[in-house]
Amino acid sequence: MLYREAGQFKTTYAEDMAIFPIRQDRMALAILLGIAFIGVPLLADFDIWPFGSDYLLRAILLPFLILALAAIGVNILVGYCGQISLGSGAFMAIGAYSAYKLGTGVHIPLAWFDFAISIPPLPVLLAILLGGLTAAVAGILFGIPSLRIKGLYLAVATLAAQFFFDWVFLRVSWFTNYAPSGSVNAPTLDFFGLNVGTPIERYMLCLIFVTVFAVLAKNLVRGNLGRQWMAIRDMDIAAELIGIRPLYAKLTAFAVSSFIIGVAGALWAFVYLGSWEPLAFSIDRSLQLLFMVIIGGLGSIVGSFVGAAFILILPILLNLIPSELGVPLSTETITHLEFIIFGSLICYLLIKEPHGFARLISLGKEKLRLWPFPY
Amino acid sequence: MIGLGQFLEVLIGGLMSGVLYSLVALGFVLIFKASGVFNFAQGAMVLLAGLALVRSLDLLVAWGFPLWAAIIFGIGFAAVIMAITAWLIEQFVIGPLVNQDGLTLFMSTIGVTFILEGAAQMIFGSDAYPLRLFPTDAWFLFENLFPGGILVNKLDVWGGFIAGILVAGLAIFFQRTKTGRALRAVADDHLAAQSVGIPISWIWFVVWLAAGLVALVAATVWGTKLGVQFSITFLALKALPVLIIGGLTSIPGAIVGGLIVGAGEKIAEVFLGSHIGGGIEYWFAYVLALAVLLVRPQGLFGERIIERI
Repeated sequence: MLYREAGQFKTTYAEDMAIFPIRQDRMALAILLGIAFIGVPLLADFDIWPFGSDYLLRAILLPFLILALAAIGVNILVGYCGQISLGSGAFMAIGAYSAYKLGTGVHIPLAWFDFAISIPPLPVLLAILLGGLTAAVAGILFGIPSLRIKGLYLAVATLAAQFFFDWVFLRVSWFTNYAPSGSVNAPTLDFFGLNVGTPIERYMLCLIFVTVFAVLAKNLVRGNLGRQWMAIRDMDIAAELIGIRPLYAKLTAFAVSSFIIGVAGALWAFVYLGSWEPLAFSIDRSLQLLFMVIIGGLGSIVGSFVGAAFILILPILLNLIPSELGVPLSTETITHLEFIIFGSLICYLLIKEPHGFARLISLGKEKLRLWPFPY
Repeated sequence: MIGLGQFLEVLIGGLMSGVLYSLVALGFVLIFKASGVFNFAQGAMVLLAGLALVRSLDLLVAWGFPLWAAIIFGIGFAAVIMAITAWLIEQFVIGPLVNQDGLTLFMSTIGVTFILEGAAQMIFGSDAYPLRLFPTDAWFLFENLFPGGILVNKLDVWGGFIAGILVAGLAIFFQRTKTGRALRAVADDHLAAQSVGIPISWIWFVVWLAAGLVALVAATVWGTKLGVQFSITFLALKALPVLIIGGLTSIPGAIVGGLIVGAGEKIAEVFLGSHIGGGIEYWFAYVLALAVLLVRPQGLFGERIIERI
């Protein structure tokens, strides 16, 4: 009875086209945002379990938020535009390293011209956003092959990006400011004079980023551009016939997706890791992001969050449950078990529910609307 | 200064390791030819086959079997494991996904990859195991022509020999046997093949089994060279550019592509990598594949499928 839209009349087109046309959905979202923005900091402030310990913030919520942001980026490319990418880890790395370079100052000596390009260290926020922009440019470059090839061939092309950039950031020491170990430290996180240091501050920062980007992405995929992407995904030839330019649609998808992934990469490096090496953005990260999108739901912004949460929480549960039940497993077994469960879930979901958990959620909502009379 | 002798040595070494890439790529081609599935799991299958072989060998030798018997039984055991795997994959993953688009199937094989990697290591252990089936010492050829001669690894020669036999066997299988003809019919058109009475699930089982056995062969050669360990799955990623270069549907393409990648990356590493920091082996094959894709999307030997994008 609670979830019923009877009596909610819409009198303007704007109301009819709203993101959440049903009042209960809006309330649920408001409560969720309230908990995220006000509840969690308050609980953390008063040291109330489980938010009192840094563990939950630092080890679960922070990576969840950042990976969900990256998953939104991947979802735009793979889920909405249908261009499969195995190189998202590389774009995270591009975002991270270019933000790092911009945040610590760029110096390009051009010996031939007896001249050097020098950019002073930029503020962190600007560096992160420009890092995303660099990733977007790289995304466009690696998206160009998608105009001639698609599907599996494109997957290989994006793998090329993955391996190439893995190598670049490992071997070209200019990117790491000639750090001898190859691992670099993020600059101090100063935002408009505020230093973001404690876990709760980092959490709030990521939350703001994720909220802003999720809203932007949701509106983008609802709008003209998003519909172009989906048309290309569903049938590229038909899309071209009804006047959609594949060049423009595909390259914008690559650009927007890489921008978001790049920002997520910069946050991952700056806010979550602090100091990192190229291994943090290897092919495993790309596959992990792809799984988040498949499990959460291809072509769904909510799905990106659900998928990210699931992939992060499953290993923790696998660690907890057996030891609670009195059958402690070795870490090795847990890793292997995790592999098997991920694999089986992916296969199962692809067979039974190709639209992932997001589809299950919307099915649940449909059922709830009719409840308790299922007809 | 780099002499001709060293160049030849690098070239031969590259060609020989290219043969090994081809062995992995062959498994891909078989499955793609017969079912249009791009099998990301081929590397994991190599790992599974290798672990099954090396662990059963160790066990049999420990039980006191003579080496030749242990090798025969070990290979037999690994082959049975691959058959079971093929049946399970056909039954529970590829079968239910029939008529889905290629991308879904591709992603499902990523899932299969994870299951196989996890299961193989859980059952057979996750250390690095040495495998000694072929001689691994080296020959020196043409010692009178070049200073120091040209170093050739015996194992590589074995690898080339085995790959040759395998390709010949597969060619005969595809061209001469009834199942092989049915396979080609299924590859052309699933529905038409079904309507003339070809049992499609049996055909797919045969294909995955063949790919599993190719993986077993690849595992014996690779395992002897590098030891059987988890990193062997990354070979699959090396085989992808080989496929792109050779063409997805062509068995000779897999061989030639492997040779090109193997020789190309070794030469690039030795003669170019030394100038720009080394380690370019990791991505050279991919950049080569990217270049081929832009010029000739169907690869060197692939069927030209006319499709406007």
